[in-house]
Amino acid sequence: MSTAATTETKTAAPAIEKIKVKIDGREIEVPRLTADWSGKLTPMTMIQACELAKTDVPHYCWHPKLPVVGNCRMCLVEFGTPALGPDRKPVINPDGTFKIAKSPRPAIACATPISPGMEIYTKTPAVKQMREGVLESLLINHPLDCPICDQAGECKLQEYSVDYGQSASRFVEAKVHKPKAVDLGPRIMLDAERCILCTRCIRFTRDIAKDDALGIINRGSYNTIATFPGMPFDNNYTLNTVDVCPVGALTSKDFRFQMRAWFLKETKSVCTSCATGCSVLFGSREEKIYRYTPRDNDAVNASWMCDAGRLNYKWIARADRLKDVLVRGQKSTWTAALNELSDKLKKAPVGSVAIIASARQTNEELWLISKLKAKLGAISDSIARVGDADKLLVSADKNSNTNGARLTGICFTEMGVNLQPITDGIESGKIKTLIVFGENIAKHGVNKEKLRDSETVGEVVTEHSLTPELLAKLETLVVSDIHANETTKLAHFVLPGATHAEKRGSFTNGKGRVQKFMKAVEAPGDARAEWEFLHDLVHNVTGQNGFVTIEGLFNQMAKEVPAFSGLTWQAIGDTGVTVQI
Amino acid sequence: MSFQATPELEAEVNELISHYPVKRAASLMVLHAIQEKFGWISSDAVQWTAKKLELQPINVFEILTFYPMLRQEPQGKYAIKVCRTLSCALGGAYELHHHFCEKLGLDAHKHGPQTTKDGKFTVEFVECLASCGTAPVMMVGEKFYEGVSHKKADEIVAGCK
Ligand code: SF4
Ligand code: SF4
Ligand code: FES
Ligand code: FES
Repeated sequence: MSTAATTETKTAAPAIEKIKVKIDGREIEVPRLTADWSGKLTPMTMIQACELAKTDVPHYCWHPKLPVVGNCRMCLVEFGTPALGPDRKPVINPDGTFKIAKSPRPAIACATPISPGMEIYTKTPAVKQMREGVLESLLINHPLDCPICDQAGECKLQEYSVDYGQSASRFVEAKVHKPKAVDLGPRIMLDAERCILCTRCIRFTRDIAKDDALGIINRGSYNTIATFPGMPFDNNYTLNTVDVCPVGALTSKDFRFQMRAWFLKETKSVCTSCATGCSVLFGSREEKIYRYTPRDNDAVNASWMCDAGRLNYKWIARADRLKDVLVRGQKSTWTAALNELSDKLKKAPVGSVAIIASARQTNEELWLISKLKAKLGAISDSIARVGDADKLLVSADKNSNTNGARLTGICFTEMGVNLQPITDGIESGKIKTLIVFGENIAKHGVNKEKLRDSETVGEVVTEHSLTPELLAKLETLVVSDIHANETTKLAHFVLPGATHAEKRGSFTNGKGRVQKFMKAVEAPGDARAEWEFLHDLVHNVTGQNGFVTIEGLFNQMAKEVPAFSGLTWQAIGDTGVTVQI
Repeated sequence: MSFQATPELEAEVNELISHYPVKRAASLMVLHAIQEKFGWISSDAVQWTAKKLELQPINVFEILTFYPMLRQEPQGKYAIKVCRTLSCALGGAYELHHHFCEKLGLDAHKHGPQTTKDGKFTVEFVECLASCGTAPVMMVGEKFYEGVSHKKADEIVAGCK
């Protein structure tokens, strides 16, 4: 279990021949072949070589994770290749370099493969002129409604217009008007006038989501993105088309007109709606989260995320958040409650305490709980959550940190096997204290509602034997949770916790990827990150002092938990590290 | 249901599909075959075609909306097509079209084909009918008329029973 952690899951690829090309006069050596959108090795294109050379080539239709179509022409560049003599061999200049024959025609950088000795020119006056020309054509029928457009601030049309556009339009004819608020599906609204027909959305849903639902209908300047009438655009990945749309044509109904993009603070985080743990960005302003967007992470989610996970954020700001520390129903303070609880736990006979932690807690928190568990000789477990998996990203395991719970020893490989012994212990009076984190154990109903009907992800908390009647037998029930629920109502101690948006920490996903997440907003009222009060509790009960920062905690955990050995908070970086699970 | 594939259509379409290396390539020919039989291509027909060709309906719908000669609505009994390409435009095609519309109670400024309420006539502009020397020219169904004056137009309409 304790083999060294790696940053990559893939085995080393066979060596690929390198070739030299010149980009704007600068020589660079690049691999001849590279992975295309589907991961297949294909000849490297000019635009990919330019990316490696950190030379920006403006583009609309090209997207590194989608098939190449070359329809927008924004990426046109000039180029030359080594001239061949009558002997079909390259002509060599006196200084030993190749004599370059400049192509009389430009080429689209996104679909033209490079060849040895090729020279690519991205900054010539002709290239600039071509970009201006393409942009001017794209803007012919564009409504220029940036002031009310959601994309404004993150729009490629705006960005390239600043670089290559003209301040005044030369187009004096009447613009073609197209429909402005087309309901494409339950989560997507199309503004057909803003569309530049790059077909990224079509390719995404056809080739990545495998739902060939979108197409271009009508002809010429009336071309419009559409679904087949009566067949709404509705798969679990539709909102990714809003991300790939380079302009403001596809908008998220959820985010539409809610907030200007430039006001949003972006925080690197991880989706907690299933064990995949897609890398995401939270967009927040003034302590309120407005959206999740996927963040590139080839080891986890490429550039995508599912709609269910993306829209599952409103619970964070729900009105029924726990904001106060409660001791036997009375409002208390953290100091008073933790002191009383620590005294109780210190006196508890070995084996009289049970812990049900949540597999949605962070590695650090679960590790702290494991220290408490060891000291108290407690029995512990977590509760499994299951739902549907799909072929692209979604896992059947709806807990974000099942592997964290396993690796820290909170539960066995088969989660939930200790729940019956805990039930029996309470029944027989042996277990007198139960500590519960983030699980509403008094209720174990089935929650199958689909995303459209509510804001939750379809999931089922697996059946277990704990009942409210059983909980009533306990001498002490300690519950830490986010929202008020049936279990917090029964609790003697209620400790208001923080959501992952309100703290830092790390999760270990279904494949063993350890990813960290940052804090986006403040927790409401007295709610506190669990690791903070757990740290105090562990200190009081075990007498061991630990680190009071998340960095320190993580690094300490990595020293003690074999699976995490060798990791540091800093080294896991933005996209995480894969450990052996 | 506005569309029911007959065994003959089914056989014809299967035959058409067999002419091409990939099924999708037969799309346009299949749509033609359907239009020939039914006069227009309904939403159900699109879905049937998509199934036949192992495509999604949107793939077929793209083609259907691209070609104006493929009909998304039932046509009138008599289809009046007025040429409006350069020679005919100069020769009075717009006036001729206007004349038809006025006579049949249609809106001359509306885009695309229009059908009279009684379903008898469909009037539309088409592009060059390759008889530019005798502008303005027009067709009613498969019948061709040259040098059509307004008087001649009235006679044509009167001749449509
Ligand atoms: S809607 Fe957006 S992504 Fe789709 S074709 Fe138009 S501009 Fe491209
Ligand atoms: S696949 Fe899982 S982790 Fe990824 S966005 Fe969906 S619910 Fe979140
Ligand atoms: S990016 Fe190359 S043609 Fe669109
Ligand atoms: S322009 Fe009317 S037939 Fe050619």
